[in-house]
Amino acid sequence: MNASPHNTVSPRTIEQVYRPLTRRTFLKGSAAAMVGVAGLMGALRPLLELEHGTVTLDELLQRHYRELKPADLRRIMDQLAAKCETEYGVHPHLRDIRPLANVEFGYALNLTRCIGCRKCAHACLQENNQSRADATDLEMSYIRVLELNKGSINLETSRTDYDHATVPAKDKFYMPVQCHQCRESPCTKVCPVQATWREPDGIVAVDYNWCIGCRYCMAACPYDARRFNYQKPTIAPAEINPNQSYLSNRIRPKGVVEKCTFCLHRTREGKYPACLEVCPTGARVFGNLRDSNSEISYILANKRVYILKEDVGTLPRFYYFFDK
Amino acid sequence: MSDYLTFLWRVFRLSFQGGWRFYAWMTVLSAVSLLGLHAWTRQFVEGLQTTGMTNQVSWGAYIANFTFLVGVAAAAVMLVIPAYVYRKEHMHEVVLFGELLAIAVIVMCLLFVTVDLGHPERFHHMIPPFGVFNFPGSILSWDVIVLNGYLLLNLHIAGYLLYSRYRGRPPTKAFYIPFVFLSIAWAVSIHTVTAFLYVGLAGRSYWHHPLVPSRFLASAFVAGPALMILTFQVIRRVTRYWIGDAPIFTLRMIMTVAMIINMFLLGSELFTEFYSPTEHAAAAHYLYFGLHGHHGLVPWIWTAIALDVVGLGLLVSPLSRQIVGLNIAGLACFVGIWIEKGMGLIIPGFVPTPLGQVVEYLPTLNEVLVCLGIWSFGLLLFSWMLRVAIPIMNGSLCAHPHLNLDRTP
Repeated sequence: MNASPHNTVSPRTIEQVYRPLTRRTFLKGSAAAMVGVAGLMGALRPLLELEHGTVTLDELLQRHYRELKPADLRRIMDQLAAKCETEYGVHPHLRDIRPLANVEFGYALNLTRCIGCRKCAHACLQENNQSRADATDLEMSYIRVLELNKGSINLETSRTDYDHATVPAKDKFYMPVQCHQCRESPCTKVCPVQATWREPDGIVAVDYNWCIGCRYCMAACPYDARRFNYQKPTIAPAEINPNQSYLSNRIRPKGVVEKCTFCLHRTREGKYPACLEVCPTGARVFGNLRDSNSEISYILANKRVYILKEDVGTLPRFYYFFDK
Repeated sequence: MSDYLTFLWRVFRLSFQGGWRFYAWMTVLSAVSLLGLHAWTRQFVEGLQTTGMTNQVSWGAYIANFTFLVGVAAAAVMLVIPAYVYRKEHMHEVVLFGELLAIAVIVMCLLFVTVDLGHPERFHHMIPPFGVFNFPGSILSWDVIVLNGYLLLNLHIAGYLLYSRYRGRPPTKAFYIPFVFLSIAWAVSIHTVTAFLYVGLAGRSYWHHPLVPSRFLASAFVAGPALMILTFQVIRRVTRYWIGDAPIFTLRMIMTVAMIINMFLLGSELFTEFYSPTEHAAAAHYLYFGLHGHHGLVPWIWTAIALDVVGLGLLVSPLSRQIVGLNIAGLACFVGIWIEKGMGLIIPGFVPTPLGQVVEYLPTLNEVLVCLGIWSFGLLLFSWMLRVAIPIMNGSLCAHPHLNLDRTP
């Protein structure tokens, strides 16, 4: 900035710069200020509709899951359970279930056997308390079942909205896709607040009380495995699974990202994931990768294994394989 | 200290002084800002379901506008470089306007990111020691640093120069020249880091492309100067601050070069995508020609290309030596690049999804209102800054008018 000759106007005294404050200007100013404040109040009016307990001081002061002391976590979970009861009419059995020592979970899916019945996607919904408009609404399910044309594995021409009377349809095959629990997970790398991370057993978890809802992880995921709660989850009390854990299937607040956790509240206690249990063709194999005698280890050692989007370098713990 | 408080008080009072046009302009902007605030409050209460975004297209108009505006803010450097590196005297008259524009635009960027959050009240989760800041892993955390840093740099430079001028003293070089040069590098960094947000995602082949950052910068150095050319004409028409044609035509030259580079990079991109169309070209195919019967973005991108071509044609022809021709070129480039960066860059990153599904995106009315509100607030902020800066710059508001009165004949 310099004082070029064009731009030097003669300096004026403050009295010349400002109009003097008179009774008239004061009244005009006050009236304008009142209109402004009224406008601001009007603009903020929707806040009155905010549900009680949406934003609480306790929640604002809460630390990251991994920094919480057991007593604090217990207290938070009690509050969450109470909130679930008031809002959804069901008191959940809410726990914090930690990973098992010397366990790394892996999942393999037999593409030869899968018939595309979507029972896994429905079981996922029932197990994990996702939001849904009705029982047929699979949008928030962690599993998307792709229908592909035989002859290649071309995702580009796949469909998820197929609607046949019976499956499998002629000349089609099916590929369910869910979180691959990657060893080089792009989602955890990009999260600006580490609200999502890899647990010691390989499961990628989300702290729903820490997520700020920026959805960068969704942009980063090559498997379309993450869902966002664009609204407060809607779910009928009769459909709520009361067996819940903090890092997996507890009912989510609105505005956070969620994803498949290999049903950690089941698998960390020795059970199979819900999607495996329900599969009518036995296409799904789940187990401990560190146990060389497990079925999953056998499959990875002996079958023709296919890794989806191997070129992206995510090193998934989810595999596809073929029988014959 | 008390001098500084007096200064702030005078600036505050000055903010509310003006003719009826000034009042009308500021009232309209305030009203639209409040409308946007209302829309955002509704979104805060009901969740992001009030937007057109989905699980498949998880970023929309907010992030698109954010990306575009980071470029506009970075383009302030196109005034700073000629003024401070090449010592063009005529650019010194206007360089401060570039810095003020950068401040307003960065504030808009921060607002656009904030309204995109599902839990804006958890913003402190990013700020240590309250939160966990995923640095240097997350590029978003880099973006938080560079954007806020750029804001502070420009606040310091502009604030310091204005206060010195108000006091009637030449500014001490050590207090601002180092920051000016830092801000040059920093300006490039804000747009590069913002480009890396997208380029770093290997799962989105439309973004995972080394040309993206270069194209970001090239297009930014068109859109930013275009906006400034228009702004300068407004300033010289409605305020007592004369801006000659020289800075405007320096900017025209910068725009022309940047636009040629931008179009060249666009051509390279199109060649790569379409000469050997791999599966990775699906997003580009959707953008330019539609995919599986979905054509949502086709009219947008061809409008943008048409505007870009018209803009470039005018810029390289003698027509833009006339101010009217230059204004048309600037407007065409500005709108063209806004579409390119928004509907043309962010949305096709999500269409088709990594699993091949095509879900189209269109912003909702509420979302559009939030965007309009932020644009309007940005304009409000910039207008206010001009309102108080210009009387200081032309000398009509200064600390000791009586001393100056004696000196000026």
